[in-house]
Order: sequence, then C-alpha cells, then structure tokens
Amino acid sequence: MGLLSKKDTALLTDPLADNNPITIQVLGICSALAITAELKASIVMAVSVMFVLGLGNVVISLMRNIIPSKIRIIVQLVVVAALVIIVDLVLKAFAYELSKTLSVFVGLIITNCIIMGRFEAFALGNSPWRSFLDGIGNAAGYGLILVIVGFFRELLGSGTLLGFKVLGDPIEKSGLYAIGYENNGFMLLSPMALIVVGIIIWIQRSRNKALIEEN
Amino acid sequence: MEHIELFFKSIFIDNMVFATFLGMCSYLAVSKKVTTAVGLGAAVIFVLAVTVPLNWLLDQYILKDGALAWLGPEFASYDLSFLSFIMFIATIATMVQLVEIIVEKFSPSLYNSLGIFLPLIAVNCAILGGSLFMQSREIPTLGLALTYGVGSGIGWFLAILAIAAIREKIRYSSVPPALRGLGITFIITGLMAIGFMSFGGMLTGGDEKPAEKPAVEAVIKKQEIKKDTKEIVAKNTTLNE
Repeated sequence: MGLLSKKDTALLTDPLADNNPITIQVLGICSALAITAELKASIVMAVSVMFVLGLGNVVISLMRNIIPSKIRIIVQLVVVAALVIIVDLVLKAFAYELSKTLSVFVGLIITNCIIMGRFEAFALGNSPWRSFLDGIGNAAGYGLILVIVGFFRELLGSGTLLGFKVLGDPIEKSGLYAIGYENNGFMLLSPMALIVVGIIIWIQRSRNKALIEEN
Repeated sequence: MEHIELFFKSIFIDNMVFATFLGMCSYLAVSKKVTTAVGLGAAVIFVLAVTVPLNWLLDQYILKDGALAWLGPEFASYDLSFLSFIMFIATIATMVQLVEIIVEKFSPSLYNSLGIFLPLIAVNCAILGGSLFMQSREIPTLGLALTYGVGSGIGWFLAILAIAAIREKIRYSSVPPALRGLGITFIITGLMAIGFMSFGGMLTGGDEKPAEKPAVEAVIKKQEIKKDTKEIVAKNTTLNE
C-alpha cells in the first residue's frame, strides 16, 4: 500500500498493544470505567472517541502554526467541545436510550485526558495525515480495552452479549443455567471495572517484561 | 438539613473517584507522594467550590430551557442547553486561569504549593463532571450547588489522600513484578471502591419511605460524632498550649 508507509502503520498499531493509551500511557481512564457494564455502551463510547480524536487531531494539526502557545489549551478545549456536541446531538437523535445510559460521560469526552494528551503530544507537532492516523490508532487502543472490559463484565454479570442471551435464560433455566450456573451480579458494579483493567495490565506486563515499572 | 445531607452524600456515597470514576487520570498520576496529593486535592476543592456555583448560575439564567425569560417574554421559548458543554468548559478554563493569577498576586506561598497543579485542573474530569452532574441532577438552589461543589471536592481529596498514603506504604511490600505501579493501584482502588459502596445505605437506606427516619438519625449521629471530634480537637489544642 502506497498510502501507508511503515512509520504510518506503526502509528496505527503501536497504541493497540505496547503503547496502549489506557494500560501504558494512563490516559482516558475516567470514562473507560464507568460505562463498561455492557458491551453496547462500550462500543458506542469507543466509536465516539474515535470520531472526536481523529477529527480533532486533524483540526489541531491544521491550526498548529497559528495557535499562540499561551492560549492553546483553551483553543483545544473549544475544538473538542464542538466535536463532542456533535456526537451528543447525534446520539440523542438516533440512539436516545443509549445516550441516557451514557449520561454525562459523553460530555466528559471533552476532558478525557486521552484527547488533550494526544493533541499536546502529537497533533501540535505533526502533519494532518499523520495526526489523523495517530488519533485513530490511539482511539482504537482505547476502544480495544473498553470492548474487552465490556465483554467480560456483560458476559459474567448478566450472561448476555449485546443483549443476546448467550448463556441461556436464567428464568427458564436453559443453557448453562440448567446445571446451576449463576450470574455474578458483582461484575455489574463499578469497582469491578477497575479490577478487570488491573488484571488486563497484569497479563500484558507479564507477557512483555519491558513494560514492568520500578516500584 | 438538606445541605448536610447533600454534603455527606457527595463526599461518601457519590464519591467522585470511587462511585463515578471522575478525575482518575490525575488521581493515578499524582498520587505517588502524600504531599503532592494534598496540594492537588486542595486545588480541586477550591476550583470545584468556585466553578459549580458559577456554572449553576450560567445554567439557570442562560442555558436552561426557558432560562432567558428574564430578558423578556419573547425569549422564553429559547433552549440553549446544547451549548452547555462548551460554556461549562470555557467557564472552567477561564476560572482556573483567573484563580491562578489572583493566587499568584495575593498569596505567593499558596501559589507555590498549589500553583503547579492549577493548569492540570482545567482538564481534570472531576471538575467538568461536577458541573455536569450538578446540571443533570437538577440541584435547585445556589447554596446547594456550593455545598455540592465543596462536598465533591472533599470526596476527591479524601480519595487521593488515601491512595497516596497506601502507595507510599506499598513500596515496602513485595508486589508481583508485573502488577507493580499501575496494576496494583487499579486493584487497590477497586477494593476501596467496594468499601465505599457500603456507605450507600447511610442516607437513603433504600428508596422506601419508612427508611427515611433512620436516615435522618444517621445524619444527626454523624453530626454528633463531628461535634465530639471537634471537642477533642479543642481539648488537645488547649492542652498543647
């Protein structure tokens, strides 16, 4: 592919594993945890962040030479806020129920550190195309963790995936429930999100020793 | 009464960090030492106490559906609430700048301890989250908005203080290498959040009506305990003198 050089591909794939925004860069955790009780909300959140970060990175990168560095934070906030308003209104129009579950967390994409972090660290110093790839890559890395956490919490917590009863019906006692399986309601409570992410970090770091921190 | 109730509710039950996971980024990044954690926590209390009431006024008199009615009857049908994100974040960013300038001018010592944290705060989700929750929970008066802001700030302060203290101690224990640093902090925070969930019954005691009485008593007890501690503190200070 002529469109993506090797460096560009690295921009897309690095954040998925060894430079993951959540588990390594520690950015954007606030929203990652609160909305992952079901898979659908996680996916919608991941797509929203991908939209905001991809487009926002391009906008900031186009303006990088004309933004005075003293007021850059406010400029960045305004760009993000405008994009988030678009996401919020689209969600309210086409997925009203979902926008109720996400509640204030759509608005909190504005202060999602992942967005400001990428603006500061990448978009202010790179060309629009590279910034776009960086934005999409980081949002994908963020979304990946969200989807993994959402998958386990919904599967173990309510026995469903995207609303489908994959483990059988708990009331009719079909599927796994016939042999005495019970849903672990604890997985639906918010503290478990933290513990699931903690376990993901554990697994990732024990596979890649280079990531282990000093105490 | 409702002030006290909201105050304790925003500190313990709806704790910013443990119940809604707001401000996690700075919570994880700045909790390696207790002294810095205290500085950031104090700055968060301060900024929340300023921005939540300010955004309440903004919401009530400009943004809400029909809020512009004070300009004249022809404005009563305007609904500007879609602008609330951008207005709130602009208020917060300007307030943080303003507070920074004022503090630098009038209290250099406070600036030295708070100053470096103030710019960090403009993008702290806990601050915007405070304003957005204030809006979505429809807090009725300015006074309550102030109480809510201060309460959530103190809740955040307690959380970061607790995790910083734990992280200072955990340095001396043998954590599995792969869990060191971030991993163990996540798991500890999860356990603390489970602990904080037990505060859930403190004020509401479920949604049934009969449960309201013990809830009030609990608050009174809380006050008494507070009084007791105050007396003890007073005694100690007199002893010291």
